[in-house]
Amino acid sequence: MSFNWTLFFESTPYGDGIYLNWLWDGIVVTVSLAVTAWIIAFILGSLVGICRTLENKFLNRFAAGYIQLFRNIPLLVQMFLWYMLFPEILSGSLKTWFISGLSPDVSAFITAAIALGLFTSARIAEQVRTGIQTLPIGQRYAAIALGLTNRQAYMYVLLPNAYRRIIPPLTSEMTNIIKNSSVASTIGLIDLIGQIDRINDATNSIVEILCGVTIAFMLINYAVLTIMRFVEKQTRLPNMNHGG
Amino acid sequence: MQLLNWIADIPSLVSDNYHLLLSGLWLTAKITFTAVVFGIVWGTVLALMRLSNNKILNIFAKFYVNLFRSIPLLLVLLWFYLALPQVIKHIFNLPPYADVRIVSAMIAFALFEAAYYSEIIRAGINAVAKGQYHAAYALGMTKSQAMRLIILPQAFRSMVPLLLTQGIILFQDTSLVYVMSLIDLFGASVTQIGTVQGGTVKYSMIIFAAISYFIICYTASRLVNYFKKGISR
Repeated sequence: MSFNWTLFFESTPYGDGIYLNWLWDGIVVTVSLAVTAWIIAFILGSLVGICRTLENKFLNRFAAGYIQLFRNIPLLVQMFLWYMLFPEILSGSLKTWFISGLSPDVSAFITAAIALGLFTSARIAEQVRTGIQTLPIGQRYAAIALGLTNRQAYMYVLLPNAYRRIIPPLTSEMTNIIKNSSVASTIGLIDLIGQIDRINDATNSIVEILCGVTIAFMLINYAVLTIMRFVEKQTRLPNMNHGG
Repeated sequence: MQLLNWIADIPSLVSDNYHLLLSGLWLTAKITFTAVVFGIVWGTVLALMRLSNNKILNIFAKFYVNLFRSIPLLLVLLWFYLALPQVIKHIFNLPPYADVRIVSAMIAFALFEAAYYSEIIRAGINAVAKGQYHAAYALGMTKSQAMRLIILPQAFRSMVPLLLTQGIILFQDTSLVYVMSLIDLFGASVTQIGTVQGGTVKYSMIIFAAISYFIICYTASRLVNYFKKGISR
């Protein structure tokens, strides 16, 4: 076997630069999908996680069901569910716009972001719930004693402390969302994984391409860990042990 | 409502194709089982390497775990589908047309999950009270005896729920063998029945797949919870 390790620096047959540019396109798609899905997941996950700590029976039950539903179905199945059923759920002009108005790349991106976002939101909800519930109960009492409403107690006391406390598990959810975003390649999104096929069709040297993509994922992962370590340091409160 | 029609079609589709679905489920179970068993064995070895005083073993285990934890499972599966079958065929002297996809999938899952299992096991070993080591040494045990007879049994008992939960995650992840064109529970329902029969069957079958995975995983996680309460008592 002979390997061509300079493959990524050769120019593509389409005249759009070198194969490294294609790899870079894949990185951009993977990261932007992960970021979009993260925003959805963080907002929904926080809401559901907070509901899980409320005394309202209905909201609590609903949140528990939501978490069970999204945690017990494989991401691949959820991805295909949204891919197949989402266009059918839409109606009227929205449906025609989604099916024929958007380019396939964009509609695949939207579908993947929704699926990945909802899947991850259930995991974030669990982290947020744990973060709030492991705070000393005195913080809640202190907030109430100061005359804060329930809503204010969450906004100004419980959530700021809880989020600081769960930065490490949220970091690992961030690395997970990047890894999980690769499942979007199964519904036709050309992310880092999608580029494997594309480059392989043009060059037929799979081992080198897989090495390149593996290194790309390791670098992204390392970047996330570095950024989050910085965030954790910056948000740490004085006179608090273990950052929260 | 279309959705209800699709759901109403599920029972007849399932009873017409139950052979295919059961063989898919069987493949899912086989891959999950081998990956859990070999993943835990190899994960234990990796955890012991991480905890040993030998620098080389230590660095190897650390690199291995970090590598597999920073890349997606899908990428590992693609390595084992696109690049490594040639190597496997070469090692075992198989003809080029041999189908090694199932074996490749099992190896890929075991190697990948071992990285996650090793972190769970390492934490479990570290959580055993230090006095246990001292007591074992005081009784004249060697290091390996202490580990084998005193530490690991206790560590594993406390880790069982976590290992099982990881097993449920692994069960869900096996659906990714779809990219190796293997026919597991997902492949049987969505590609074999859904796409082949066409029409609205594909909608019914993807809903069926979601429901079956949900029921299996939800029941399993309930059992693990029940079990966990039994242990902590």
